[in-house]
Amino acid sequence: MDLDKCIACGLCAEKCPKKVVDTYNGGLQKRKAIYVRYAQAVPLKYAIDQEQCIYLQKGKCGNCAKVCPTGAIVYDDKEKELILNVGSVVMAAGCETYDPATHDVYGYQRSPNVVTSLEFERILSASGPYGGHLVRPSDKKEPKKIAWLQCVGSRDVHIGARGYCSSVCCTYAIKEAMLAKEHSHEPLDTAIFYMDIRTHGKDFERYYNRGRDASGVRFVKSRITNVVPDADGNLLLRYVDASGRRVEEAFDIVVLSVGLGIGAEARALTQRLGIAVDAYGFARTPGFDPVRTSVPGIYVCGALEAPMDIPSSVVESSAAAGAAGSGLVEARWSRTLTKEAPLETDIRGEAPRIGVFICRCGTNIASVVDVPQVVEYARTLPYVAHAEESMFSCSQDTQEAMAKVIREKRLNRVVVSACTPKTHEPLFQETVTSAGINKYLFEMANIRNQCSWVHNQTKEEATTKAKDLTRMAVAKVALLQPLEEPELSIDPRALIVGGGVAGMATALALSAQGYESYLVEQTDRLGGQALNLHRTWDGGDVQAHVHEMVQQVAADHKIEVRLNARITHVDGFVGNFKTTIDRQGEQEVLDHGVTVIASGASEFKPEGLHAYGRDPRVLTALELDRRLIAGDETLPACKSAMFIQCVGSRNETRPYCSKVCCTHSIKSALALKALRPEMDVMVLYRDMRSYGLREDLYREARQAGVVFIKYDEAVGLEVQPEGEDLAVRFTDTALRRKMVARPDLLVLATAIVPPADNPVAQMYKATLNDDGFYMEAHVKLRPVDCATDGVFICGLAHAPKPLDESITQAQAAATRAVTLLAKQTIRMAGTVAETRPADCSACGVCVAICPYSAPSFIEKGPFTGKAQINPVLCKGCGLCVASCRSGAIRLKGFDNDQIFAQIFALNEEVG
Amino acid sequence: MVVGGGIAGMQAALDAADSGYYVYLVERGTSIGGIMSQLDKTFPTNDCAL
Repeated sequence: MDLDKCIACGLCAEKCPKKVVDTYNGGLQKRKAIYVRYAQAVPLKYAIDQEQCIYLQKGKCGNCAKVCPTGAIVYDDKEKELILNVGSVVMAAGCETYDPATHDVYGYQRSPNVVTSLEFERILSASGPYGGHLVRPSDKKEPKKIAWLQCVGSRDVHIGARGYCSSVCCTYAIKEAMLAKEHSHEPLDTAIFYMDIRTHGKDFERYYNRGRDASGVRFVKSRITNVVPDADGNLLLRYVDASGRRVEEAFDIVVLSVGLGIGAEARALTQRLGIAVDAYGFARTPGFDPVRTSVPGIYVCGALEAPMDIPSSVVESSAAAGAAGSGLVEARWSRTLTKEAPLETDIRGEAPRIGVFICRCGTNIASVVDVPQVVEYARTLPYVAHAEESMFSCSQDTQEAMAKVIREKRLNRVVVSACTPKTHEPLFQETVTSAGINKYLFEMANIRNQCSWVHNQTKEEATTKAKDLTRMAVAKVALLQPLEEPELSIDPRALIVGGGVAGMATALALSAQGYESYLVEQTDRLGGQALNLHRTWDGGDVQAHVHEMVQQVAADHKIEVRLNARITHVDGFVGNFKTTIDRQGEQEVLDHGVTVIASGASEFKPEGLHAYGRDPRVLTALELDRRLIAGDETLPACKSAMFIQCVGSRNETRPYCSKVCCTHSIKSALALKALRPEMDVMVLYRDMRSYGLREDLYREARQAGVVFIKYDEAVGLEVQPEGEDLAVRFTDTALRRKMVARPDLLVLATAIVPPADNPVAQMYKATLNDDGFYMEAHVKLRPVDCATDGVFICGLAHAPKPLDESITQAQAAATRAVTLLAKQTIRMAGTVAETRPADCSACGVCVAICPYSAPSFIEKGPFTGKAQINPVLCKGCGLCVASCRSGAIRLKGFDNDQIFAQIFALNEEVG
Repeated sequence: MVVGGGIAGMQAALDAADSGYYVYLVERGTSIGGIMSQLDKTFPTNDCAL
């Protein structure tokens, strides 16, 4: 295909006679031999499936070339070899899902109603093969019962499967079960058959609880024997339950929760590049430098490094991008192209000339709303000089066409009736800017999310509503005025709160990218919690590494360390913060452009629980680590040891999983076994969460003779000193019996807890979640950014996580900070509040109510005592506007006349 | 050069470009988006994957 010529009109696919299994939709429907992967694909260009094309295979047909209006079809297109000179490489080659046909015990090839979890995603999807209508593939009937089988191709060393845990399947199965229930018109029974539920990520445990308690998803701890399909398409599931009983249950659909793995192509690629991989094909990385491969200059991120979820992938990607850039600092901005923004047309004194662009969004809008009718209608509206429709108004070619029309017809205001401004407003604003129009002379009407999607049963009314929404947007845009965005310079220094491993890793990453930082630590030494850790899960010596890191920080002239420092006051905003620190009574004000919070968390001290503090044999996990570090000689003398998991985690007070404790206990159990191989070591757990590649360690521990017992948490457990002994009483769920053990050493795997009081969060206007950890701006898209601009988070302050993930996150936070610092200046939004001092009654409500401290009293001149608003601090939330009793504040871009014009336009009849 | 145009590759490419480097994003398929584009919604917030 000639990508420049293809306009993605779809005529070629319409006329293509060859039908092909659509792998994008899990093979549940057909596509043509000329196709786009999905309607929103980027770039939105058709491609010819060479193996399937009749013309390319047999020399006949040629339909697509005949109908293509732009002559984009190039049958004799040849593969081209390009040579690119690059300074560093980031490998993000990803993973593939496990193919359950490899070792088919679940009837995947025998019944269409046995589907993989990825196929089920397509069934649920509104753009999927069944339009989001939940039906089973064999007869398109709505299911009454669906089962999910966990660990298909994961935690399994049988033929074709892999020994590791894929990390994501438990949580996605919960998601799919909850969504399936929402999709279903009749009550739907959903059951998840599992070995351990591993919801170890941030907020995943709450999600699990919600699935079980609010949505009523059933969780069955079991081992699956097999799945037997019958002639009617029903599936008989045979399994052994937790107590060893054989059970049979029939389901309409069985979803196989397939794991993630490295595909043949990615394997070949890593081999070709000489990147060291593990037995499963995942790129090997050092635990203390988690995105660096064995080849200098090549970095890795995402599921090529280990099976991981989207937030973890995004964090790794930012870390890898930063690492890739750190070797190329001198080349920064030397090769990039700057987009030349054309001079803005002065529209003062001009009457509005409005262009209206109505989007079909493929079939998303056009299958419900009569788009041509809306276009015709738009042409009749006041000041509208141009109206047209497009298939996808967000596509690259439409953007260019739009800019052209704006210039040709000398439009000075633009309305796009399409989807949501939340995702697409910046794109259209960029387009109008490129055509010389101020970006604030633009308005969007959401005729998809708020119209076609919700009114798909009532097409006529939906069309009327699309006209209403468009008319309202036109009424508003006519009154809009160009706005200016103040430009500010950015102080290129960073301030990092916390001198633990996360804070030090951030400082070192920033330094490697050429930026200075202040590292502010409240205690008298660097190192944080890592000073208490013995080994990482993959065997790294934590003390040696922390020591090395501290030395690196000390030797780095771009890092200024402030020990014994308390943050007492913060002024300023993104680009120009002023943080006051107090060091034993001595105050210092530090200027910086960005803030990275790496203030950590600590171990829960289980005072009064399980004889902790009353019996010297009871330790926390970190107390045991400290003894291991010190080489405590009493440890090898112990004949038996026991670990109790989830002490203080996954309960009502702390409904989150502390993520690190399962692996930590396994590691410590193995360390004890190494000290004294004949020691009896037992782990009492609820779900063993040795996620990802850590599963191998779990298997190793079982092979080394460590006994893992799932105890009945409903019955609970009791620890009592009895004479010389320490008695632990619990109920074994497999044996369904009360047991008593008398270990010489009892290790409590206690929770990771954030500080009880966190004044720094308030000072930087960062929000904390219900558990007291810092909240990210967006779980998946901005996982290390705070909602407050210029503030980033990493390490335990964000959520419980192991050391390697803290380091990755620290490097990611540094990268995100660099994306800001590298720009040197920053533009603030033009939609800010402004006071009219003459109308102000100086009541001070705005000063009190603003969450961003933007309003203040004027100190000098004729309006002394009246309110003014710092446009740089203002976020345009409108709180002050709504609360001003004198009507003295206006919000630019949302002025009263503009809003009222929009509202009044609603009441006008559609002509 | 970023190899792979899924969510990880796209984020890495954006961050590298925003940090001031010229980036080649290399993808073997016909469009970027990777496996994430095939998902309906994403945990733990249930927002749309696309």
